[in-house]
Formats: sequence, structure tokens, C-alpha cells
Amino acid sequence: MSGSGGLTDRDLVEMYRWLLLTRAFEDRVCELWAQGRLMELPHGSQGQEAIGVGACYGLRGEDHVLPSLRTRAAFFVRGIPTRVQMAAMYAKATGAAGGKASSHHMGDAARGVLVGSGIIGASITVAAGAALAFRLRRQDRVVLCFFGDGAAQRGDFHEGLNFAGVFRLPVVFVLENNGWAEMTPVAKHFAGSDFASRAAGYGFPGVRVDGNDIFAVHEAAQSAVTRARTGLGPTLLECVTYRLRGHCENNPVATCRDMAEVEGWREKDPLPRMRAELVRRGVLDPARIAAIDRDVCAEIEDAVAFAEGSPPPPLEELHRDVYAPESAALVGGTRS
Amino acid sequence: MRELTCREAIREALREEMDRDGSVFVFGEDVADYGGVFKVTEGLLEEFGPERIFDTPLSESAIVGAAVGAAVMGMRPVVEVMFADFTTIAMDALVNHAAKMNYMSGGETPAPLVVRMAYGAGPRWGSHHTQSVEAWLANVPGLTIVMPSTPHDAKGLLKSAIRTPNPVVFLEHKLLYGKKGEVPEDDYVVPLGTANVAHPGDAVTVVATGLMVHRALDAARALRADGIDAEVIDLRSIQPLDEETILASVEKTGRIVIAHESPVRGGFGGEIAAVVAEKALGFLDAPVQRVGAPWTPVPFGQVLVDAYVPSEAAIIRAVRATLGSADERRNDG
Repeated sequence: MSGSGGLTDRDLVEMYRWLLLTRAFEDRVCELWAQGRLMELPHGSQGQEAIGVGACYGLRGEDHVLPSLRTRAAFFVRGIPTRVQMAAMYAKATGAAGGKASSHHMGDAARGVLVGSGIIGASITVAAGAALAFRLRRQDRVVLCFFGDGAAQRGDFHEGLNFAGVFRLPVVFVLENNGWAEMTPVAKHFAGSDFASRAAGYGFPGVRVDGNDIFAVHEAAQSAVTRARTGLGPTLLECVTYRLRGHCENNPVATCRDMAEVEGWREKDPLPRMRAELVRRGVLDPARIAAIDRDVCAEIEDAVAFAEGSPPPPLEELHRDVYAPESAALVGGTRS
Repeated sequence: MRELTCREAIREALREEMDRDGSVFVFGEDVADYGGVFKVTEGLLEEFGPERIFDTPLSESAIVGAAVGAAVMGMRPVVEVMFADFTTIAMDALVNHAAKMNYMSGGETPAPLVVRMAYGAGPRWGSHHTQSVEAWLANVPGLTIVMPSTPHDAKGLLKSAIRTPNPVVFLEHKLLYGKKGEVPEDDYVVPLGTANVAHPGDAVTVVATGLMVHRALDAARALRADGIDAEVIDLRSIQPLDEETILASVEKTGRIVIAHESPVRGGFGGEIAAVVAEKALGFLDAPVQRVGAPWTPVPFGQVLVDAYVPSEAAIIRAVRATLGSADERRNDG
């Protein structure tokens, strides 16, 4: 694995815990779905969690992220409570937006998480706009925008990256190249060799890293963030990874993949990989690993109990927030 | 009172709001250096500088998408997509993002943006630069849709549109840009969702939007010569819809004609007719009449365009039809 630069042992353990928590959450919600207990059909990110953890770790509180449908890890690293994330998947009143938003649309203004899109790739232009606002407001903030290889084939990829390049906006485009767009392999939807080289056409750097190497992702993201923060503009960061689950729980991998391919990638799974590395470095030992496992497991089960014990949204929630209330101070003026 | 054109009134609203609020800014294709293809934003670059108004790539999806991102981060972007027909390319940003941002964030991050666009036939610009798109957007909860017909309202409504915390589609009819009218110099707003009784009358209600307000007023003047007093209601916005003003008028007149430039079928006039049927059917003395474009794309060439865009004569015919059918019913009785 790559080096881990300025990360302390404490950072490393914390990153490991986020990685494990994300994996445990994803695995648990797949089980809950199979048991018919969830409202939201899971779109698992198993196998690619190192991207969200590596890229978001070390961001400042005022920075913003716009996760894709597979950046569950970003929610955790930004601090959205496990309980809230679980309640969102149960569509409970204690979930996102009072039970109205699934994981795909879960934002958190205070934690710098922008509302995501169910339209693959559409967030790219929105992220550019958020970065534009930071520039105009002279705010020292950066946006991390996540999306997959499928999204990179949408017109919004071109419009958003070109727009961000023209205005040198403080945004980092993190492309989670997991090899599959829903049930279509990247070789069938992309004739090029890599996505990172596309950045040259927009006037900013493209970087390709091993997305299952959490330190490589972190280092590349940090350098892209620094570049954005110092006014040098965007970076396209292609993180090569592999989605170990189907597109969603209705499309198991066995129905559309060569299982030898899946098994091959299991050997590069970022979670055991990081664990082994931290053991090798003496940062983790079996006792510590077991303690973190227990802790994460308890956190997930607490969230399940919380979500299952929470009420559904009251019916009036349906009509709430369709329009934001007018502010009298702004409406002002003389009426005519 | 001084007179301005709609173009000047819109520009004045932009200038006043940009002056009042540093978070209001403008971007779009050719809006800055060139001053907009309809010259609405001319002079604003010199006055406010390149951070407050700037040109963008030819990317309608990015323009509206970026406006959504900037709006949720506390700015108040006013963007232009030039021709209303181009909303098709920005539809996702408008419908799936702008319109739902407040709802999906549980009220945390509303998207206060304004998308200005020029609509309407008249100039010989073919099928892709002439459509009236309001009905496409009227079925999207979360959007506000504004259609001014006078310079006074263009200024006052745009100021309201910029100040509301919700996304607004601001439809400017190209044939009205040069239309003159009285515009107060003070800081006034026209509240969204308040129709204007543009011409009082008690014989028949004519509800209209945009250019059709002027055709309806011409029709009302012609009808008055025959002793028929038509009440012309300028909706000014279709979302929010001022049902109260429409229903009060129908309760008085017992007859209604609805005129808009988009095709009759699936047009917003059907919604107004339904509201009247649900809430004031007992007051109607005659079937509702709708006036709008035929079920064709907007053609090119003046002869066909004139046949396409509803005329003053078409509105007069519709008014007479409501009166005629009432007379017949009385005769039958």
C-alpha cells in the first residue's frame, strides 16, 4: 500500500473504523432488506468504501461533499449519525428530511453534505454551483463531488467539468470507477482506456489511483483539495475499484457477472487490506481489532433498534417543505 | 408616470435587486459582454463587474444545475437560458433538483434561483425558438411560474421572484420586450400568485397570460362597442394560481374564456377550467371556452405563425360562443 503521509496512528485507527462501520452498515442493511424490514432498496457500496473514507478524511468542517449513490462512507466521515442513516432507510420520522429522503437524497447542511441525486451524474453541475458560491462568497471551502463510471457518460459530466474548468472552481471530482454501470461492465460502455485523461480536455489535471488503497486515495484527494483551496481549480480523481454487490439488492452479482472476476477482486478488498497493513505496522493487534468489531457491531444494532422503534412520519409531513416559507424581510418593498 | 419597456423594467428589477442584495448575481449565455440576446442585461456588466454577471459556456444543464448548487449555498442566482425551448436541456436541473431541493432536504436547503427565459411565437424563428412552455412545468410541485404581461408587472414580479426562497421560472414574451408602460421608480413588488383584473366587466370573464392578455384587452375593447363588457384577468403567475380572483369573476359573469399561447390540448387552460368546474359550476351559464394554439409544432413563416398564435378575433369568437350558448339555453327554457 501507499505511505500514509502525515496521518497519525490515531488517524489510521479512526479511518479503519469508518471503513469497517461503512462495510458493516452496508452488509447489515442487505440482510435487513432480505428480511423485508427496510423501506429503501439498498444500493451497496461494498468493496469501494476506501474512496469515501480516504477522500473525506481530513476535510475541514466547512468543506462540502456531494456523495454518489455509493458513497455511504462519506455520510459516516462527515458525521451523519448511524441512527439517522438507518432511520432514513426505514423511512422513519427520525431519518433524513423527516422521513422523506432516502439515502440517495440525504443531505445535512450542518455537516456539509449536499443533497444527492437520483439522476446519475446530475450532481456534477450542482457541485460546480456550490463551488461557485464559495468562490463568490470568498469562503475558503472546497466541494468533493462523487460519481461513478456510469455517470461519467452523462452529458452533465461534460457540462459540469467544463463549467468548473472554465471558472477554475474549488471542486474535486471523485470518479468511483467500480467497473460496472448498473448491470453493464465498463468495457461495454467506454471505449477509452481511462477516465482521468479526459481532464486534459477541461484544462485541469486528472489523476488515476488504486481506489482500494485508502492511503493512495487520501493522498491524491488531499493534494487535489489543496490545489482547489489555493485557487488553482478542479481535479478529476479517478479511483479504480470494484463493486462487490449487485447494482442493488434486486440484481445479485451472480445474475450478471463472472464470479471469478468477483473473487479476484475480493482479494483486493480494501477492508482486510487496510487491516493487514495496520497490523503489519503494529497499529492494530487482534485484541484491538476485536474491540473495534464489537463496538461497530453495537453501533449498528443500536441504530437498527432506534430505526425500528421510531415512528413513521406523520401524514402532514407529506405536504411540508414543498415550498420554503417566504421571509417577510425579503419580500419587503411596497406592494403594488 | 414615466414609461419603460418590459426589457427596461426587467433590467431595472435586476439592477435594484443586485444593488440591494450582494448575493444576487446573473449568469448565462451572452448575458454579460453582449448584454443578452434580447439586450435585457445590457449595461449590468459595466455597473456590477464580472463577479456579479458573467457569460457561461453553451451548457443549459450546467447553467441551471450550477444555479441550484449556488442557491443552496446561500446565493440568489438569476440565470438565463435564452429561449424557453432550451429548458428541455435544463429540465433535469429544474424539475429534479431545483424543484425538490427544499422537500428532499426537509427545509434545510431551499433553492432560491430564478430562471429567466424568452418564450412565444411571433418572430419567424422556427419550431425550436418559439414555444410557450409553461404547461410543461406547471405539473411540477416546488416550482413557481411567472408570466408578466406589462412593464409594471415585469419589474414587480421579478423582484418578488428574486426574493422568494423558492425556484422561479420567469417567462418573458419576446413580443412584449418592446412594449411600453408605466413603471413606478420606487421599490415595489408584485406578490406572486395575485392575478390582476386588467379590464373590469360583468358579461364574461376572459382569463389570459402573457401576450394573450393584450389580445384579450383588444378583444374587450372591440366587444364593448357591441355593448359586451368583458372582464379580463391577467393571471401574472400560474403557480401560485390566484383561484380566488378567477372564481369571484366567474360568479359575477357566469361565463369564462381562457386564452393562452400554448396548445389548447394539455394546456394550463384545462386546469383553470377544471378549477371552475369543481368550485363554480353552478355559476356557469355557458360551457367554458378555451383559446390556444392548435395541436401542431410552432411553424416557421408569418402566414402559418399568424394561423398558429391565437388572435383577438379568436378570443372574440370564444366570447360570443359563451354568450350565444347562454342565449340559446334561455330560448330553450
